[in-house]
Amino acid sequence: MPLASLHRVLKLTLTLVVLVASWEALCRLLQIPAFLIPAPSQVALRLYDKHDLYFMHTWITIYETTAGFFLAVAFGIVSAAIIVAIPRLRDVVMPLLLVAQLVPKVAVAPLLLIWFGYGLFPKIIIAFLVAFFPIVVNSASGLASVQPELLDLGSSLIIGEFVGGNRGLGYLIIVANQELDTALAFAAIFLLSAVGIVLYALIEMFERILIPWHASSEPLTTGGRVL
Amino acid sequence: MRARAAIEIADLHKTYATADCEIPALDGVSFRIEPGEFVSVLGPSGCGKTTVLRIVAGLTVKTSGSVEVDGVPVTGPQRKIGLVFQVPALMKWRTALENVLLPAEILGLDRAASRVRAQELLELVGLSEFASRYPRELSGGMQQRVAIARALAHDPAILLLDEPFSALDMMTRNQLNIELLRIWSERQKTSLLVTHSIPEAIFLSDRIVVLGPRPARILDVVTVSLPRPRDPSVRVSLSFMQIVDRIGRLVGLEYI
Repeated sequence: MPLASLHRVLKLTLTLVVLVASWEALCRLLQIPAFLIPAPSQVALRLYDKHDLYFMHTWITIYETTAGFFLAVAFGIVSAAIIVAIPRLRDVVMPLLLVAQLVPKVAVAPLLLIWFGYGLFPKIIIAFLVAFFPIVVNSASGLASVQPELLDLGSSLIIGEFVGGNRGLGYLIIVANQELDTALAFAAIFLLSAVGIVLYALIEMFERILIPWHASSEPLTTGGRVL
Repeated sequence: MRARAAIEIADLHKTYATADCEIPALDGVSFRIEPGEFVSVLGPSGCGKTTVLRIVAGLTVKTSGSVEVDGVPVTGPQRKIGLVFQVPALMKWRTALENVLLPAEILGLDRAASRVRAQELLELVGLSEFASRYPRELSGGMQQRVAIARALAHDPAILLLDEPFSALDMMTRNQLNIELLRIWSERQKTSLLVTHSIPEAIFLSDRIVVLGPRPARILDVVTVSLPRPRDPSVRVSLSFMQIVDRIGRLVGLEYI
């Protein structure tokens, strides 16, 4: 690891340690009841006690999220290609998509429950809806912004011859809230954040591998310079 | 009977139709290019010179007249043509080498042979050390060299260059003129260059087709009798300046 990025990781770790330590100290010093704000040690203990339970629920959340996401990628990219290929369709569909993107997906969640009931399916749909619209809109604008010269080059060479549910971390949070088991809720929130961070890091890694020319993938503080 | 021309254009007309009017772009353009010849089409901006090139490339449909490449009427894109645009139009997710390989991939040519050829072409344009660099790591001039190498990748008989250096600064442009002259003399491709730079056209060409403002008609075809091989210093010679003057008068530029 380059020295600069090691430095960055160190700084980040130190900040986290200080934050957690202050949280713990405040909880103990002020004797805050665990049902209001549990101390980090209590959260960790709860995580350890019920790790089987957490493992299962974490796994389901990951499954729902990725299933919805990959469905959205598949449908989103195909839809974008169709929209860009047929200009008449684009004029009608693009404004609708932009409006649909503004509808908060969480608001649609109860409806999905009515239509599809409890279980995995409606949650996969929600994950799908959250991801689908940005994917379509961004893929379409990406496809539409291909340099015309590149298209000319291509055609010059292509020649005639040729939210409800009874499983998942969200459920755990709700149950924990109902039972005022705040430590459990915090543990679930912590896991949820961890899953989120891992998924984000994965996406960032893929971005670096697949689109190395993209600006957002350029190292900011690693000191890695490209010519 | 003359030998078959590489490109033969006769009484070419092109009219662009918009919603409410018709805009004539080319009004009876005729000239021919012999095999191995370097011909420039020179004219003011927006006169329709690019349209001539696009029709020869089979990318734009003519309104009337005839265009033949190698004695065959143009009906669409042809494999014997390599194209260089005003912008490099490189795929930014591909390295220089992979960009040069693109035409071979589209045409389904032999991979190993194409790779060797692409390496040679990068060497020809002076970029063999930059084969694995991405476009963003290359200067504008280098990117345009990659584009030239790419245009030659499928070994076309004809090279069509559409103002390839007009987006570059003067120094880079002069350098690339010298490079292009060297590439042309090494490969002897029939070349059609569209440009609005008089010195560039003279330095590179055997003949210059001078077009007037839109709708374009040919004002004159100027033969550049400067001997080859040409040295960069020819650009400050008296005979060079005389041709500059002659073309300048043709297109209505005033010299003091």
